[in-house]
Amino acid sequence: MPTELLVGTKKGLFVLRGTPGQGRAFDVAARAFPGDVVEFAMRDPRTGRYFAAHTSGFYGPRLMFADDPTREWTQARGPAFPEDGDTSLERIWMIQPGEVEGLLYAGVAPAALFVSTDDGETWSLNEPLWKERQAGDWQPGAGGLALHSICPWPGDPRRLAVGVSAAGVWITEDGGETWRTGYQGLVPGYIPEEAREGTNALCVHNMHRAPMRPERLFMQFHGNVYRSDDAGSSWQEIRAGLPSGFGFPLVVDPSDPDSAYVIPLVADVDRVTPDGAMRVYETRDAGASWTEHGHGLPGEEVYLTVLRQAFGATGEGATMQLYFGATSGDVFGSADAGTTWFSVHERLAPVTSVRVA
Amino acid sequence: MAVVTLRAPLSQRAGDTSRHELPGETVGEVLRELERRHPPIAGWILDERGRVRQHVNVFVNAERVREDAIVGSTDVVQVLPSISGG
Repeated sequence: MPTELLVGTKKGLFVLRGTPGQGRAFDVAARAFPGDVVEFAMRDPRTGRYFAAHTSGFYGPRLMFADDPTREWTQARGPAFPEDGDTSLERIWMIQPGEVEGLLYAGVAPAALFVSTDDGETWSLNEPLWKERQAGDWQPGAGGLALHSICPWPGDPRRLAVGVSAAGVWITEDGGETWRTGYQGLVPGYIPEEAREGTNALCVHNMHRAPMRPERLFMQFHGNVYRSDDAGSSWQEIRAGLPSGFGFPLVVDPSDPDSAYVIPLVADVDRVTPDGAMRVYETRDAGASWTEHGHGLPGEEVYLTVLRQAFGATGEGATMQLYFGATSGDVFGSADAGTTWFSVHERLAPVTSVRVA
Repeated sequence: MAVVTLRAPLSQRAGDTSRHELPGETVGEVLRELERRHPPIAGWILDERGRVRQHVNVFVNAERVREDAIVGSTDVVQVLPSISGG
């Protein structure tokens, strides 16, 4: 059965189709929004509706949706900040289906959560979290002040955790009416030790929940990797065994609450793959140990960067498919949960996001 | 009424029309009226705050202006992308 990938790049959306294991690159089935940055694209598995967030260098950011990504797209009404405010939308970082029919979330910059209850056609700002942002001293990371990770609780629409760069983890248990932080155990090594106590300058790079054990979350942080077993309230370092604690993307196997995949980079001052080799790291014991995967990936004189949303997956267990793209424009895939890898496509534009449709 | 001229892709979002006669006393008012008549262009020239986007240039009779510039009934308002981006 062919696999369809939605690859957001700095020069448009590429819809790739192919069958893993056939020894040939995926075909470009369509290219949409040419010339614009496509920061994120995904397909809502509940409705089959496709979403793409793109930004024109001239005309700003917007969210589009379509039933067929190779044909016409429709512009959503929002996300947009209130017209009587002093904030304008800079970028849409991600779209996440919720736990109620028609419910979707959008994470944007400057850091805010938007909600849709009509399958993504119209969007409204979550005011309580926005008030927290206005009241707090939220500082941007290098990529801006971004709400980029949204983790629903399977079966319970009242519970949600979001990750903000660089303002930590925010948790709601009442459907977004009130929010609290989840900071305990996170160590911001990029600020002086004497200034760390009580700071909210916590640069979350990515966060995912383990669906089979929803109180467990995995986080790629700015310089470390963490696990939470109490729904994000506190965090435990799990970077031992990785070549670096720095990186951006993270994926979990939905069938295994002890699993996570990361793609480390050297450090914040040198954001390329360590040791000149493209490697993916997998844990199946909740971070107690990590297995290096490089079979089929370029292993010599390779200095790639894989961005926050540029790692996606589908399926579960031993046949889980994994795909990631680099800013070099190369896309790689695995059809055996990371054990072996193949080239999906070479020399696209710099890749910003990868999701399996 | 002032005349607003657009190029693609903006003209495509405004009824596939590049020339629009619109009422309004300021550039912002004229462009908001354009949005009201052609909703697909909303958010493309003005952001949520009603400000001209950073990388869009608006000229009134060859003078580059912002949203608060006064517009006369015989003025021509040209909307162009700036020479930025990549």
